[in-house]
Formats: sequence, C-alpha cells, structure tokens
Amino acid sequence: MSVKFLEDHLPKLMLAPSFIAMLIFVYGFIGWTAWVSLTRSRLLPKYELDGIIQYERLFASLRWDTAFSNLFIFGGLFIVIAMILGLILAIFLDQNIRSEGAIRTIYLYPMALSMIVTGTAWKWILNPGLGLEAMVRGWGFENFTFDWLVNPDMAIYTVVLAAIWQSSGFVMALFLAGLRSVDGEIIKAAQIDGIPNWRIYSAIIIPSMAPIFLSAFIVLAHLAIKSFDLVIALTGGGPGFSTDLPATYMFAMAFSRGDIGQAASSAMVMMGVVFAIVVPYLYSELRVKND
Amino acid sequence: MKNFAITVSAIAMLAGTAHANPEAEVLHWWTSGGEAKSVAVLQQEFADNGGTWTDMPVAGGGGDAAMQALRARVLAGNAPTAVQLKGPAIQEWYEEGVLADISAVAEAEGWADVLPASIAGHMKCDGSWCAAPVNVHRVDWIWANADVLESNGIAMPNTWEEFNAAAEKLQAAGIIPLAHGGQAWQDATVFEAVALGILGPDGFRKAFVDLDEATLTSPEMVAVFDQMRTMRGFVDPNFPGRDWNLATAMVMNGEAAFQIMGDWAKGEFLAAGKAPGEDFLCASVPGDGFLYNVDSFAMFAVDGDDKQAGQALLAELIVGQNFQKVFNLNKGSIPARTDVSLDDFDSCANLSADDMAASNEGGSLLPSYAHGMALRGAQSGAITDVVTSHFNSDMSSEDAVAQLAAAVANSM
Repeated sequence: MSVKFLEDHLPKLMLAPSFIAMLIFVYGFIGWTAWVSLTRSRLLPKYELDGIIQYERLFASLRWDTAFSNLFIFGGLFIVIAMILGLILAIFLDQNIRSEGAIRTIYLYPMALSMIVTGTAWKWILNPGLGLEAMVRGWGFENFTFDWLVNPDMAIYTVVLAAIWQSSGFVMALFLAGLRSVDGEIIKAAQIDGIPNWRIYSAIIIPSMAPIFLSAFIVLAHLAIKSFDLVIALTGGGPGFSTDLPATYMFAMAFSRGDIGQAASSAMVMMGVVFAIVVPYLYSELRVKND
Repeated sequence: MKNFAITVSAIAMLAGTAHANPEAEVLHWWTSGGEAKSVAVLQQEFADNGGTWTDMPVAGGGGDAAMQALRARVLAGNAPTAVQLKGPAIQEWYEEGVLADISAVAEAEGWADVLPASIAGHMKCDGSWCAAPVNVHRVDWIWANADVLESNGIAMPNTWEEFNAAAEKLQAAGIIPLAHGGQAWQDATVFEAVALGILGPDGFRKAFVDLDEATLTSPEMVAVFDQMRTMRGFVDPNFPGRDWNLATAMVMNGEAAFQIMGDWAKGEFLAAGKAPGEDFLCASVPGDGFLYNVDSFAMFAVDGDDKQAGQALLAELIVGQNFQKVFNLNKGSIPARTDVSLDDFDSCANLSADDMAASNEGGSLLPSYAHGMALRGAQSGAITDVVTSHFNSDMSSEDAVAQLAAAVANSM
C-alpha cells in the first residue's frame, strides 16, 4: 500500500509544505491586512471592525493624494520611457555592430546596482550645489540651472530619471532576446522583396514581439509600484512630501507614526492597483492556454 | 529605602542565589559616539550595584527600528525590562496594558520633589509612575557664529522682526542667514520655534497640546506661516534633504549665520573644538517659553523577582544624581532633576537650566511637538505634513491654516 500511496501522492506531498507556507504567509497575511484596514488600529493591531473609516481618512489625506498621483506619474513615465529606450538600444545593438558584447554589458550593468546606490549616486549628481549644475556653472555658464531635485514640482521626475537609468538596460536585454528570436527566414524574404529596414522592424519584427512587450511591462509595472528604496535614497520623499509614493507612505504610517490601520488601508489600495494590472494579464494568459 | 541599591546588593550577597539578582534588558537606540558612551555609564553603574545588564541596542531610523523590535517583543509576550520611549508614546504603550508600576521606587526616591511638574507628568500613567526621565533637551535654541555676527554688527535677535532685519543685512553681505536642512522634522523644529514666539506659551499649548481648532485657525497661526514663508527666503537654495549636522557645520565655518535647532547641535560645535560664548553663541529663540524634549525609559511589566529587582534598581539609578550628571555632560543636554550641581556644565547648559526653572514657575515649560513630546505620532505627523508642504511650496498661509485644521481632524 505504502509504495503505491507514495507513488501516487509524492508530488502532492512534496508541494504541500510550500503550498501551506504560501497560503499562510501570502494569502493569509493579505487577509490579515484587509481585516486590520477595517479597524481603528494604532500602535498595535486591533481586531474590532469599524467600517471603512481608514479608507475615508486615506482619501481625505493630502499626502496620500500626492503619493497616489505620484505613482501614476512615476509609473507611467518610467514604464513608457524605459520600454522605448530599451527597444531603441536593442535595435541599435541588433545591427551586427562590433564589440556588441561589451556594449551590452555596459548598458546592462546598472541593473546590478542596488536601488540605494543608484539613488545616492543620482542624489549627488543632481544636487545643484554639488553635481551637474555646479559643474556647468564652473565652466562659465553662470545662468545654467538644473535644480529639479530641490524643486517640489519637478523632484518626482528625478526619481523617474534614476529609475530609467537603472532599468532600461534590462529592458534592452529582454528586447534583444526577442529580436533574435524572430524567424530569420521571414526577414530575409522581406529584404529580398526590397522592403526598407524600418518597415521590416515596424511591420514584422516588433509585432511578433508582443509577448516580450507584455513581460517587460509586467516587470516594470511591479518595479514601479513597489518602488521604495530609490525614493528613500534619492529624495527621502522630499522636498516636503512631494516625492512620496504609496510604499513610502505606507512605511511612514506603519513604522514612524503608529497608525497601523492607515498603513493597512494604503497597502490594500496598492494591492488593488497591482491586481488591476495583473488580473487582465493572467486572464489573457489562461484564456490562450484553454483555447 | 534611600540606599535601595546597596540594600538590594547586600541582600543578594547575603542570601546568595536564593534571592533576587537584579537583571535588566534594556532596549535603546543610543548607538552613536557620545550617546553610546552615555549608556555605557549607566551600564557600569548597574553592574557596580550587582546587576546583570543585557544590552539590546537597535539602531536606525531615529528609533523606528527599535519600535519595530519592541512591537515584536510585546506581541510575543516577552517585553524588555526598560525601553527608551518618550512623551505620549509612553501613554500609548500604557493603554496597551504592558507597562509596569514603579511608584514604590519613585516615592522612596522623592522624584516628585526634584522633577519639574510638567516633565513628571509624562512619566506617570494614570497617576502611578511608569517611566524614568534621563535628560532634558531644549529644542527652541538659536545658534550663531560669533565672528559673523560681530563683523556684521548684529546682536542676537530678541524678536522675529529683529531676526528678519538681521537676516536681510546678512543676505546683503552675501552670507546665508539661516542654515537649515530640508527634512520634515527640521522644518517642524523651526516651525514650532516660530510658533512659540508668535503664539506665546498659552497659544502654543492650546494649538499643539490641546489641538484647539480656534487656535489652529487663528490669525496668529496665519502670522506663524507668514514668518515661515519669510524664513524660506533666508535659507540657501540647496537646502532640501540636508542633514542637521551639515547645517551646523555651515554655521561653524561662517558660511551661514544662524541655525534653529535643539541642543544636540551644541555637541557638534564642541566636538569641533569651538567654545560657547566665543566661537558660537546660544540663545533661546525670540519669545517666552521653553520647549523640552525629554528622553526617558519606560518600564515594561516583567515577571520574576530578578527582573523586577533589576527594574527597580535601574529606575533608581537613572534618576540618581550621579548618572544624571555624567550622562548629560556626555550628551549635551541638562539633567531632568533640578537638584544636580551644574558647575561642570558649559554656559549654554546653565542658561538652559535657569530658563527651565523660570519657565517651570511661569507655566511656560512646554513639550516640543516636533520631537514627539506633545502629541501622538498620527497627530504630530499630520501637522508636520502641512508644515513641510507649506515650507516647500508656494502655498499661501491661509491655505496652510485651513489644511492644518483639516489634517488634524483627519488624524483623529
């Protein structure tokens, strides 16, 4: 009995521990957070339900307004620009140029850095008294101004800049792999027909890379939503709270202000945003398989 | 019970291991240079009295990391003996039902007679003592470079008008009038100094202790934000994100003239070999009153005779004259108890102690809101959000006041 039983159930037995761990530590704690977000928890979690008070407070908070709209400014620009830049770099690298390997490594290298390092380096580069602005002024251009980092209206774009610098090389690598996987025969056929290079790219290669675009989008979108360390290192959320993101807001509420209910409700809203992106993706993936 | 410590150690020696061996596990975030040295003093004293000290330093995030550690320990039902906590946070933990009652020690030692009443108030939970104060930092200081003031013919300002006039003069001379770091808590520190001067001690108490809506939306509060807007013109354009000690360095090397900061800034001056009264000047910010930031140890409920004996011993030593003196000489603050001789302290500390005594009698000894003494985290955070957002944008003072009232209401 036992051998037969093992043969039948071994895969399930092997998977059970990680399945249970996932169930508790991912979905269990999502449920816990959802519960706490409906309570008046302050310093320590409490479990008496008290309606949607935390969500009302959240959406009445100006700081959350800033953080939430920053997510869309940051996320939108970061994803779009990183994809465009990555694609352009990949197409240039795809032209059978010399020393492609070295150049590829150079562009991919920022990905190996921690976001904290990226943030700190860019903080120095963008600091008006220390970095770019001071340097160009030192060359004699006294009126040169590049003070985005200290300008509350522009500071969020410095976060975009640093994040793109960090990630576009990675997107390039993704796209390069995609470009290489397109059937060479089709391209040769098109070339024989005398179709110009840009038409080959826009009409044949790029459309056939749709899955790569989707993967790149998913990877970048989750990077954008969970972005935390970059903001902390680059601007510390400032000037004021003009570069706050939902993740930094959640951290401040939970760990500096003793307002766990508020932190839980902001975490739930963040998860809502993730679901809004991931669920359509999962749906389309699963539908293809079922066809 | 005067020599409680000796009694305890004597009992321990006589009775061997059968009786209490004082044990204390202390959670704190004093891990950098002078602070670590200050804790070592307490640790040594505790050991000299026969205690076993388990150090639990958790650095990072201005105590945020330590608070996370504390939360985990309390939820696990295994709280440390004593935790570095301050202000209303003590009451918040008390409401969670996890603090101990150390009234026996406090009464035997006569804490009520030697601590200023408003500071003693923070150490009590529903009338019983639950925490021991370590020091008093004054927050409403204005620091200045003596040479810069002298060469520009400027005296320490006594009103905000004088400050503004001096700042304009300095600006014309090409000196940054106010060294400031654009971090939310530093914006709040300047804000509360200005608010104390313009609202006066009573107005400050109503606004930042009682959260009285009429005061928060009063024309005086508009004037406070107006002054903040004026001050914004006195800082250099490169201020966002700068650390406070870099701002202090700007005053030290004459790049800037003034800094508004608590007396931990004094430590920076002294460490650089500057002498108070000669190289740098200290004065309270224009206006009456004294804003304090008191570090303290809250005592958590622990089981077992050893731990409870350790807790009592620790509480007694913390408020003891010797520790209060040595610790505060290291830390740059002044003793919380008023009967410690200040002969070894510098002129700024003596000024601080005199002002504290005078304010205590005049009823203007007030808790600092910016440093978490006056309000709970959610409320003080909500105020700071508005202050920093106003300071770092072109928001009008009227809008700021309206937002202040809304943010405070929303934080409840």
